[in-house]
Amino acid sequence: MLHISPEEIAETLVMVQQQHLDIRTVTLGVSIGECAADTAAEMSRRLYDRVTSAAERLVPVCETIEREYGIPIRNKRISVSPVAEVAGRRACEDLTPVAGAMDRAAATVGVDFIGGFSALVHKGVGRADDALIRSIPQALASTQRVCASVNVASTRAGINMDAIARMAHTVKETAALTADADSIGCAKLVVFANMVEDNPFMAGAVHGSGEADVVVNVGISGPGVVRAVVAAMPEDADLTAVAEAIKATSFKITRAGELVAREAARRLGVSMGIVDLSLAPTPAEGDSVADILEAIGVERCGAPGTTTALALLNDAVKKGGAMGTSSVGGLSGAFIPVSEDAGMVRAVEAGALTLEKLEAMTAVCSVGLDMIAVPGDTPAETLAGIISDACAIGVINNKTTAARLIPAMGKKAGDRVSWGGLLGAAPVMDVSKWSSAKLIARGGRMPAPLGSLRN
Amino acid sequence: MKTRAVLSVLGQDRVGIVAAVSTALAENGVNIEDIRQTILSGIFSMTMLVTVDEDAHAFEEVQSALAEVAERIGMQITLQREDVFRFMHRV
Repeated sequence: MLHISPEEIAETLVMVQQQHLDIRTVTLGVSIGECAADTAAEMSRRLYDRVTSAAERLVPVCETIEREYGIPIRNKRISVSPVAEVAGRRACEDLTPVAGAMDRAAATVGVDFIGGFSALVHKGVGRADDALIRSIPQALASTQRVCASVNVASTRAGINMDAIARMAHTVKETAALTADADSIGCAKLVVFANMVEDNPFMAGAVHGSGEADVVVNVGISGPGVVRAVVAAMPEDADLTAVAEAIKATSFKITRAGELVAREAARRLGVSMGIVDLSLAPTPAEGDSVADILEAIGVERCGAPGTTTALALLNDAVKKGGAMGTSSVGGLSGAFIPVSEDAGMVRAVEAGALTLEKLEAMTAVCSVGLDMIAVPGDTPAETLAGIISDACAIGVINNKTTAARLIPAMGKKAGDRVSWGGLLGAAPVMDVSKWSSAKLIARGGRMPAPLGSLRN
Repeated sequence: MKTRAVLSVLGQDRVGIVAAVSTALAENGVNIEDIRQTILSGIFSMTMLVTVDEDAHAFEEVQSALAEVAERIGMQITLQREDVFRFMHRV
């Protein structure tokens, strides 16, 4: 007997075949604590062996699941423990070779990105953190698949303004070293506030110290499906009805993620970690978060009301998703990257969406100032100011925020940069001409907010 | 291992669709549990619940046999494990 109606079967098929329903990423988190060694060279050797043996079957297993269930798994990825944390136990030298080993390991097992070239410096910069941050520009310029992230703020610790200033310079240096490829190095570098330990999405994925040795984390996708549902609603459907429809759709998408996470963990013989309830757009036409906001009712993403529409979307996705899995984790919120979302790009080109509006949107969704190209001559202090604003929103509102800014060397506002693939292409956005230099020069740490005193 | 799966066939109606699909299933030891079939404005739509005997024929093998049939008769044929629908549409 068919327990499922032909209509429900058809709905799933349409979601996959026409509305881009897919699992955005299956990310294998691998602890590399055992790779600590006296030299970066030895640590690299151990790391390569550790990652290639732990992730050997990741890609074939995901491909089998994909075929059997008929749901595409767009990316298979790896996250490792923050490299600075492991390096800090023994070696604290130039860590670029470690990034090289990560890159080779990723290539060997066939994943497109490996995250974890990372440090957590929200309260202070340790020796290994310092070594890692110094290595970032060269590491990102000399590898294809390695992603770096640095946590510079947290609700419990406040904002490390010295670290932000340093990261702004690191971003610029990385941009300069990869200038011949539209500063692509910066697309693989995230500066976080309240970084999470189980994020499956790049570029910010790391395998936290509270995790089991090897875990499977899954990031769902599906902006195209949500947009189709909202677009099919009558013009006069009220926002409660819109939220309800998004919730129901999010449940279904999340269930697909939950199923894939369970199966992948079972077949790989490792623990199932989390399902990240994020709506992750891709540059493919129709797979856009901006398009959902426009379907809800703003003429162009960025128009007044956009923050409201995004808040509604983000909340409804979580409510539906929370029913679909008991393992919610990661970032869990709608992503609003610019270059990776054709609708966002259109909105920027039309002059509807500005950096300041994106900052406001950051307050009500996941991460925030993501994949934004800015003029190559933007002063480091201005980049630091933009990063610290994103951090302030995260720290005060007890949420994760991040900045992935790409100063496009030799380009000015209105020019175009293109990285291809999932990273997409984007217009270079205008940045405020007013200086943040005095604020940034003060340095120090912005104290943790009163809201952090919760015990 | 017996695996329950849902088979969907979609495309322009023509003679021999059911014959071609069920022959391929029989050749691969797949048992048909239930069939629903309709034609909406000339578009043939068939949904089958089947059991794949993975000890005799791997899931992938059945899928590639069906892919050949799909190519030959010009229809879209999808074979997916049943749990995906149960997961997505039932609380």
